[in-house]
Amino acid sequence: MKNRTKLPNIYLGIVTAIMYLPILIVIIYSFNESRISSVWEGFSFKWYADLFRDKSILDALINSIILASLSSLSAGVIGTLAAVGMTKVKLRTNSTVEYIATLPIIIPEIILGIIFLLYFSLLGLRFGMTTLIIAHTTFCVPYVLILVKARLAGMDKSFVEAARDLGASGPRAFFDITLPLILPAVASGMLLSFAMSFDDVVISVFVTGVNVNTLPLKIYTSLKTGVTPKINALCTLMFIATIILIMLSAYLGKLNRINTTDSKEETL
Amino acid sequence: MKKKKRKNRPGLSIFSILPLYLFTIVFVAFPLIYLFVLSFLTRAETWGVVNQLTLKNYLGILDPIYLNTFIESFKLAILTTGLVILVGYPYGYFMAKLNSDWRRRMMLLLMIPFWISSLMRLFGWVTMFRANGVLDKFLMMLGIIDEPLKLLYTYPAVVVGMVYALTPFMIFSVYSSAEKLDWSMVEAARDLGATRWKAFVTVTLKLTLPGLLSGVVLTFIPSMGLFYIAELLGGNKVVLVGNVIQEQLMKSHNWPFAAALSVVLMALTSFVIFLYRKITKVKDLEGLV
Repeated sequence: MKNRTKLPNIYLGIVTAIMYLPILIVIIYSFNESRISSVWEGFSFKWYADLFRDKSILDALINSIILASLSSLSAGVIGTLAAVGMTKVKLRTNSTVEYIATLPIIIPEIILGIIFLLYFSLLGLRFGMTTLIIAHTTFCVPYVLILVKARLAGMDKSFVEAARDLGASGPRAFFDITLPLILPAVASGMLLSFAMSFDDVVISVFVTGVNVNTLPLKIYTSLKTGVTPKINALCTLMFIATIILIMLSAYLGKLNRINTTDSKEETL
Repeated sequence: MKKKKRKNRPGLSIFSILPLYLFTIVFVAFPLIYLFVLSFLTRAETWGVVNQLTLKNYLGILDPIYLNTFIESFKLAILTTGLVILVGYPYGYFMAKLNSDWRRRMMLLLMIPFWISSLMRLFGWVTMFRANGVLDKFLMMLGIIDEPLKLLYTYPAVVVGMVYALTPFMIFSVYSSAEKLDWSMVEAARDLGATRWKAFVTVTLKLTLPGLLSGVVLTFIPSMGLFYIAELLGGNKVVLVGNVIQEQLMKSHNWPFAAALSVVLMALTSFVIFLYRKITKVKDLEGLV
């Protein structure tokens, strides 16, 4: 019996290792003294030093943080309000609007990018941070909406009813009862949104302006034009940031599991 | 007084769904409609479009050059999806069989590469595949090859990049349906005399089919549009529909044609999702979120 269970575990181990292989290579070569990425010339921090001196990368980082924060925040507000509202206002159009709202994560990214490029030109919007935020919000909303809805479906409605019976107003019941209960789902939806926005290249390529660069865009252009090991260092730092974000979301996920019987969020 | 206030509840809640309605209509529905309309308009001499209805854009897709791109994209998408199933299905399946502690750990391990910048991972492959890069050096050291493979900017490199980028979707989908599987049913089949293989095909595979199919959808659709993987790992050798659309839009500025290509790609996408729903009778994609 023991031998039977071993083979699957070996398989899992190997595939997981391959998944980490390219990441590992990037991290190792970020400490490489040599300029040529395939030659190892010794350990060095010089690319990190180089990185911190590069103002354009710092600007891109700030842009990316602003973009991801504002997109996930707008998506958090729009998605949460709608998910909660839809449990009360049961319009016949709700499911249609919901379907259209989730389209941005279903249709290929490239098409979404094109659609926005064309539409924003039609509207005469100036390409830059505003267009980026609008475009990113569209693909962030579905994550919040789906997660919060799942959470609400698994929630015990009698708490809200009890609060209402005791005289709490609608908004009061929402802020005192509903919101704290769905908060883990809101937070993990927003976190996922943040990560998606922070990582997006395809859509950003189409909707960014001439002088607005995000971090992924910066990496993309430097990968196309000629790589410097600086990018290795940048990727390594982003890797660390991602791990911190994931640990945070895993922690929120744990809170989610404790508070609800519904385990849909677990697949996240 | 309190009673009265409570009656107003739906009236107030209308404001909570309003932002989603407005946002969705203005920034998702309208743009989609505009794309559709644009695909029937005529390209202007220099820049933009003129309001003249035409089918020229769609007929233009039938041009062998573009038709071939669609076919090539389709082939690559099928190959990618096939390989993703081969790698991802067993992974998701085995993972579901682990105990709950390990399942959680594996989930975390999977999420890290999945959440990490796709460009960073791509960059790792570029470093690996480059002529005299990590892979060449390693294989030469082992004595498996005598001269560099020079895998970068070849078709196999693109395939590896695609499979690598999309396998997690398959794993998540298969896992989420295998996790719900009642293993006692497999045992029952075995007890009733089914061979291992037969029990797998008739019970396990059948019950995890929704997950497998949703994984196929989640792999197949993006694999037609991941233009940057084809660009960075394939050089100019592999051209996807995504690459053509991007070129038409950004370089040739032929917006109506790019719109028509997008509509066709989207129609193909919807068809795949339609098939998925028809087969599984499930409304949502399993493991999507």
